Amino acid sequence: MNAVKQKDLILYSGLIILGLAAPFLFSAFKVQLTYLCVLIVLAMTWNLQGGEMGYNSFGNILFYGLGMYLTASVQVGMFFPLAEWTESGGEKTFVHTTAQYFQGIGVGLLVAAIVPTIVAGAIGYAILGLRGHYFAICTLGLGIAAGEIAGGIEIIGAGQGFTTPPFPAEIVDPEARGQFFYFLSFLVLVLAFVFVKYIYGSRFRLILNAIRDNEDKAEAMGIQTMKYKIVGWMCSAFFCGLAGGIMGGLIGYIDSTDVAFDGREMGVFMVLMAILGGKGTLWGPVIGATLFHFFKEGLWTFILGWQYVALGVLIVVIVVYFPEGLMGWLREKYPDRFGEVIDEKDRKAQVEIK
Amino acid sequence: MDLLIFQAPILMVQASLDGILLGILFALIAYGMALQWGVMNIINIAQGDLVILGGYIAYTMYLVGIHPAWGVIVSPIIMYFVGWGLYKLVINKVVDRDLFISILATFGIAIVFQQLMNFIFGADVVVAQSEYGTTMLFDNSVTLPNSKIFAAFISVIYAIGLVIYMRRSKLGRAIRATAQNARAAKILGVDTEKVYAATFGINAALCGVAGALISITLTLHPYVGLPYTVRSFMIVIVAGLGNLPAVALSGMGLGLFEEFADYILGTEFRIGAVFMLLVFILVYRRFKLSKKREYLK
Repeated sequence: MNAVKQKDLILYSGLIILGLAAPFLFSAFKVQLTYLCVLIVLAMTWNLQGGEMGYNSFGNILFYGLGMYLTASVQVGMFFPLAEWTESGGEKTFVHTTAQYFQGIGVGLLVAAIVPTIVAGAIGYAILGLRGHYFAICTLGLGIAAGEIAGGIEIIGAGQGFTTPPFPAEIVDPEARGQFFYFLSFLVLVLAFVFVKYIYGSRFRLILNAIRDNEDKAEAMGIQTMKYKIVGWMCSAFFCGLAGGIMGGLIGYIDSTDVAFDGREMGVFMVLMAILGGKGTLWGPVIGATLFHFFKEGLWTFILGWQYVALGVLIVVIVVYFPEGLMGWLREKYPDRFGEVIDEKDRKAQVEIK
Repeated sequence: MDLLIFQAPILMVQASLDGILLGILFALIAYGMALQWGVMNIINIAQGDLVILGGYIAYTMYLVGIHPAWGVIVSPIIMYFVGWGLYKLVINKVVDRDLFISILATFGIAIVFQQLMNFIFGADVVVAQSEYGTTMLFDNSVTLPNSKIFAAFISVIYAIGLVIYMRRSKLGRAIRATAQNARAAKILGVDTEKVYAATFGINAALCGVAGALISITLTLHPYVGLPYTVRSFMIVIVAGLGNLPAVALSGMGLGLFEEFADYILGTEFRIGAVFMLLVFILVYRRFKLSKKREYLK
């Protein structure tokens, strides 16, 4: 047992050192690395209720977009009139000082984490009463409705978009902006990982799994399923909001349907990444997101224009042929590595019944 | 928020007529979705994109100089084979699987379709001119494009034709048998694989008809498929599978809702209102069922 712990310790400290050194090692790819961190956070938290709880949500993009708008709105609204900012396209009229910028983004991210969590809690009771594909379609509807509605609200820029405050000009170092956002996202990634890892070792995960495997039986066993489902969704919402807030600052421009409530990209990506890596595993979403990001960035530029076709084909192929994902495949191949003891006779008997 | 519609009752007549005619069209798409959902247990997110593809077929005819109304005959024939091919390529691998798999897989198909249509037909909003003119009612204060009346008429004809076909023909009987119990049908000699392919083809053909009608009454754009999927999904969950009068009624209800939402909330919130209605309907049904300690299945 101790040997395993030590191995883990080396692995984690290695990863953290790699993560801290990455922006200096690959300084041209800071934005990409930030994206990667955000994607991993999204995949990991989607997995929390998609993979563990069995509630396949298409609507986590709702919290992501909400977080994005909230961070930007708070960051602007704390110092300047929000309506005038969005009306003028946010350029040149008002300039944040360095202190204002960092205060704003700090408070903004705090709000972006808390409000989506509250929203998830508030709508959770109604939405999570739906099961299976009804839940999936309902959340899909929620995500798209949010995008359409945000695109009609004047104060956050409506259809013309919302420019987030530019990075303070007083900081002349050209690397500073990329590094700031990278470390911010890396911090969130570490937080999310520690949190998810903690959940994986707790009773909470067992309850979520019980809900996934058979909700009625779980309820009959005396588990208050609704309470745990809502808490599970709130956990996802918390990190989705944070991730959205960071992305808003990084991209610098928020559009209601193409950036914030981007169900066609981010909303699908998080599901896809979790499935690619393997639903219901700790490392699956991390590996899935990393693979997906490399694939996307490596291939996108070569097939410019065709990327959505490739994405669609990828979805179909992954879903139809690898629904268990990479970790599921490995688990099938090397069950003993995953701590599963398989009785060879029993397994063969089961195969024969099929 | 605009309450003009309540101050001028004539606008209400306008909105109601528009909504009902539009709703019949939605009901046709929903009928296709109910058919394949009931038979194959698949939720097809690409439904709306099949509709749009059917519309573009009619639009292509319009471009080469054929009257787009002929699209209601040509489009379903082409779309039948598109649907059939789609079944053989992807759908047959997800029929017996978890519904979520079919949702994701058809989502992937939808993205591919959208992008291919974007390449072929461009990202502009297009409409095929039918030049059918307009009917004026109530001293010219209510205007109804004849193309809308034509669309509703054709939809009704196709729906009735399909119902008769399902009742009378051998394939129709096989489809109904498979819907009731696929395994029993198989034992009794129904080639369920063929039935599934035909069902998906018929669904696509219905989408083709609806698309051709949409190309002359509304507008086409490669990315507007999803709202049609959601509308038909909504109609199906309200009406239930295989209840045709209810499908027609809830289709019209949805059309009415949309037109009124358009007037009251403004056009920019129209699609948002449709999606919010979906959420509300699902949540309403969930609360109603949870009183009996049941849930939507």
